[in-house]
Amino acid sequence: MKALEITRLEKTYKNGFQALKGIDLAVDEGDFLALLGPNGAGKSTTIGIIASLVTRNSGSVKIFGLDIETHPAETKSQLGIVPQEVNFSLFETCLNIVVNQAGYYGINKKVAYDRAEKYLSRLGMWDRRNDISRNLSGGLKRRLMIARALLHEPKVLILDEPTAGVDVELRRSTWGFLKETNARGTTIVLTTHYLEEAESLCKKIAIIDKGLIVEYGSMKDILAKLYTETFVLDLANPLGKLPDTAEFNMRLTDPLTMEVDVNRDQNANALFETLSSNRIIVRSMRNKSNRLEELFIRLLDQSGVYYRQERGKDDYQKAVNSI
Amino acid sequence: MTTKKLLTAYKTIVSKELTRFLRIWVQTLLPPAVSMTLYFIIFGNLIGPRIGTMGGFTYMQFIAPGIIMMSIINNSYSNVVSSFFGARFQRHVEEMLIAPVPNWMILAGYISGGVARGLIVGLIVTVVALFFTELRIIHNPFIVCSVVILTSVLFSLAGFINAIFAKNFDDISIIPTFVLTPLIYLGGVFYSIELLPEIWQSISLANPILYMVNAFRYGILGVSDIDIHIAFTIILLFIVIMSGFSLYLLHRGTGIKT
Repeated sequence: MKALEITRLEKTYKNGFQALKGIDLAVDEGDFLALLGPNGAGKSTTIGIIASLVTRNSGSVKIFGLDIETHPAETKSQLGIVPQEVNFSLFETCLNIVVNQAGYYGINKKVAYDRAEKYLSRLGMWDRRNDISRNLSGGLKRRLMIARALLHEPKVLILDEPTAGVDVELRRSTWGFLKETNARGTTIVLTTHYLEEAESLCKKIAIIDKGLIVEYGSMKDILAKLYTETFVLDLANPLGKLPDTAEFNMRLTDPLTMEVDVNRDQNANALFETLSSNRIIVRSMRNKSNRLEELFIRLLDQSGVYYRQERGKDDYQKAVNSI
Repeated sequence: MTTKKLLTAYKTIVSKELTRFLRIWVQTLLPPAVSMTLYFIIFGNLIGPRIGTMGGFTYMQFIAPGIIMMSIINNSYSNVVSSFFGARFQRHVEEMLIAPVPNWMILAGYISGGVARGLIVGLIVTVVALFFTELRIIHNPFIVCSVVILTSVLFSLAGFINAIFAKNFDDISIIPTFVLTPLIYLGGVFYSIELLPEIWQSISLANPILYMVNAFRYGILGVSDIDIHIAFTIILLFIVIMSGFSLYLLHRGTGIKT
């Protein structure tokens, strides 16, 4: 069963900006999908339409097979939305904010208070329940929005950059919470600029750019498209000259640090054999950048934009495959 | 949503509205009591005795219903316009829009909040009035109650529409200052339109507030410049038109959706 199904979704704002140019997306029940894209790509517009906060020009959005326009009450009951911007009253207590939200879903006060305790505790906010919301830090405000979105126990949770501007500790604990929520059966769709976050949390990825989905698939399949990975090697002894090999593209950033590009049809064993034969001892090794980040940047580079816009989708796909 | 769930959602909106204006009672409930006291002192005690009787009543008795109605109109309007615009401005209106609350329920919740504040302020001002004048046994309690509630509903709706179109805080004060206040002052609060030249009497009949003030005055004192049936028809007509327009705006997402 598809938890979320988007078909030919288009949106043009009043100022003429075409935010979505007919996107298609299907999310299976229980999935954890990252919707990635640069600023202005159409991520928030997509979420806004799903949340009924943005009107669409054409296309459809279905939640568990029901269209959000023809079955608003049923579909809204299944959705939990965590927006990018703070959108709760800054003059109310945390507890009132979440309990009132439950009220909008028709949940009585007794159940609402029990659930508020459950979710605020799980997010480490129960001790702050009587604080006025404006006094919370940015990270806690985002957590409050997550608790609020879960009070009616939705089957699909949609989060628009839930950890933007949040410190590392809070971000990691939020990841843990989201993983746990997904493991309990909640389908999660997440947008983020932290590609490390997407790689660590999500099973699937959709990359959106200029209002089009340019890549969609499982994390494994998408990362497999990364043709070249760059590794950074920390050397045990200073190196004055690079080994003489045509097999690998190597460069020294300083006498103790070497960068090596490894293609998909090469392997790390061959690299280490080359290094060993040249008596180079490697202390440690790491990816130069997050793999998803590398792929993301390559996908959205100028050639990608050129191929997609000027030469059509097929040529663009060929270009993507060659990355 | 089941009826029970709808009722819970409605109670949530209303309770949030009540909490909001009761929490800031110094800004919402106290000022009308103070300003209406000043009206009674200046117009009733100081100037009133020089004017003499109006419609067979002392001037103080004559203006009391108008002043009560003026405070109900102002407070119903300002409660909804400030609350709904605030919800838009802080974006917490989205809490309701993403939930399965139907538009008519959102409207009903805000209107109920406006009516509640209008009634509470009306009661406070009535108590203040009783310190200055003796209001006889109410002529027709049914008319008094229905006019108060209907007028409060009407101006809550007007406040809601203003809040939907407002783009900044100036926009929520322009209508009360430049439209509502002149209409109230020219709506027979302080005088009977019989005192006006014929042409101005006719022009005054185009002021909807005249009908509300006179209907309320009729309910309390038993005197009115206009036919009570016409007054009710006008009030109900405005309520129907404004409710329909408000629902249309909510459905279109004007001011709340992009």
